Amino acid sequence: MTDLTAAFALALDMLLRFDPDLLEIVGLSLQVSLSAVGLAALIGLPLGAAVALFRFPGRLAINALLTAFMGLPPVVVGLIVYLLLSRAGPLGILGLLFTPAAMILAQCLLITPIIAALSAQTVADLHEEYDEQLRSLAAGPGQTLVTLLWDGRFRLLTAILAGFGRAVAEVGAVMIVGGNINHATRVMTTAIALETSKGNLALALALGIILIALALGVNLAAMAIRDAARVRYG
Amino acid sequence: MADVPSILPLRLTDVTYQARGQTLIDGISGDLEAKGRSVILGPNGAGKSLLLRLCHGLLQPTAGRIEWAVGNNERVRQRQAMVFQDPVLLRRSTAGNIRYPLHLHGTPRREQQARVDEALARAGLSAVADRPARVLSGGEQQRLAIARAWVARPEVLFLDEPTSNLDPAATRAIEELVLAVDQTGAKIIMTTHDLGQARRLANEILFLHRGRLLERTPVTEFFAAPRTAEAAAFLKGDLLC
Ligand SMILES: Nc1ncnc2c1ncn2[C@@H]1O[C@H](COP(=O)(O)OP(=O)(O)OP(=O)(O)O)[C@@H](O)[C@H]1O
Ligand SMILES: [Mg+2]
Repeated sequence: MTDLTAAFALALDMLLRFDPDLLEIVGLSLQVSLSAVGLAALIGLPLGAAVALFRFPGRLAINALLTAFMGLPPVVVGLIVYLLLSRAGPLGILGLLFTPAAMILAQCLLITPIIAALSAQTVADLHEEYDEQLRSLAAGPGQTLVTLLWDGRFRLLTAILAGFGRAVAEVGAVMIVGGNINHATRVMTTAIALETSKGNLALALALGIILIALALGVNLAAMAIRDAARVRYG
Repeated sequence: MADVPSILPLRLTDVTYQARGQTLIDGISGDLEAKGRSVILGPNGAGKSLLLRLCHGLLQPTAGRIEWAVGNNERVRQRQAMVFQDPVLLRRSTAGNIRYPLHLHGTPRREQQARVDEALARAGLSAVADRPARVLSGGEQQRLAIARAWVARPEVLFLDEPTSNLDPAATRAIEELVLAVDQTGAKIIMTTHDLGQARRLANEILFLHRGRLLERTPVTEFFAAPRTAEAAAFLKGDLLC
């Protein structure tokens, strides 16, 4: 019990001192997960909207893939990216394995299906409401897609936040493709796993507290956005 | 612009619309000319909204033809506009809603603001320009829908029961706006089941009953001496559907 209290005190101390090791890990985590979520949004939002709006060859296949990939375990995504990037793999020549780029790719792959599926749902709902009005205004297919994405922006933002929450909290994928290398690819989740197994509870706890705060912050932000949107835009 | 040929008249030839084995619009023919405000009058369920949707091109007739004077090409849609019975306002500001069609039609940016301001002023919405459209009052929302439909200067404006849920003052504001739009040269084709409104706004009445066009007469004639028993019953308030 005293061990725990001591660890907790040390953790708080690290947080309050802005311990450089801690900051480095948190910084890399945010950098990786924010890049991944940005990339995933860039791909997932238009992809989801297109799946919802247009009939094109391969649409059903994409839809099925998105749904299947939504619940993909992070370790499996990590394995897939590992195989792609490993020296013998198709993208091995890029030499990205065990770099932050590999981690961004893995997290992006993990959350793109989530963002795309939520985007498809949002756009489909809005389209039902807007379809006739937009046709009356002579909006073309591309214009319709952009309009629906923009008018669904608040719901889509919560989808993006959900994606960020999942990315920043997952450990399996970044562990496999990043390798948890100190000062290079060590992020919050992999650091917690390692430090805990080494018995270094203070750093693990400090990182854990930050992760919980982040998760809370993301949820609060999502709720605030939803409420603001309901009040303002109905 | 002067040498661009008008899209009117709109010619209907035996226009019929069937759904689920029922004939909802039944063999309507006639030309809608550039001159005058045409009001489609009829009880609930007569097919007024359907007829407007067919004319506007949102629905295709199952038989018969609907033809604009310049043919039915893509550009014809941009030269008409419709205000729906329940307009869908975009999740943007009042001004943003009005700007939207200009944006779609590729109006140059520097022209957009002046046009938006003018439409806001005409509709009496300048004070609420920056407010989210969906929190406006019912009357304001309806005026916004008309302003948005008018801002791109359509040659034809379809209005489907523009005052169906409004109080007398809001109704009067809408009617004044419709007359103002008419003054700018847009052809008004609207539906209503409100006799007073038909009397105030119409130049000609198209009386619709159970999907059939029973009569088409100048407004004074229609109210003084309806030609069909159904129209007479409707004027007396005895015709329910
Ligand atoms: N898409 C559709 N499919 C099948 N039936 C329809 C469709 N749209 C309308 N109807 C039916 O056609 C009839 C005419 O409908 P419409 O909405 O045109 O009436 P209306 O004259 O506009 O009535 P109101 O005054 O209540 O607005 C109604 O009986 C309606 O149920
Ligand atoms: Mg109707």
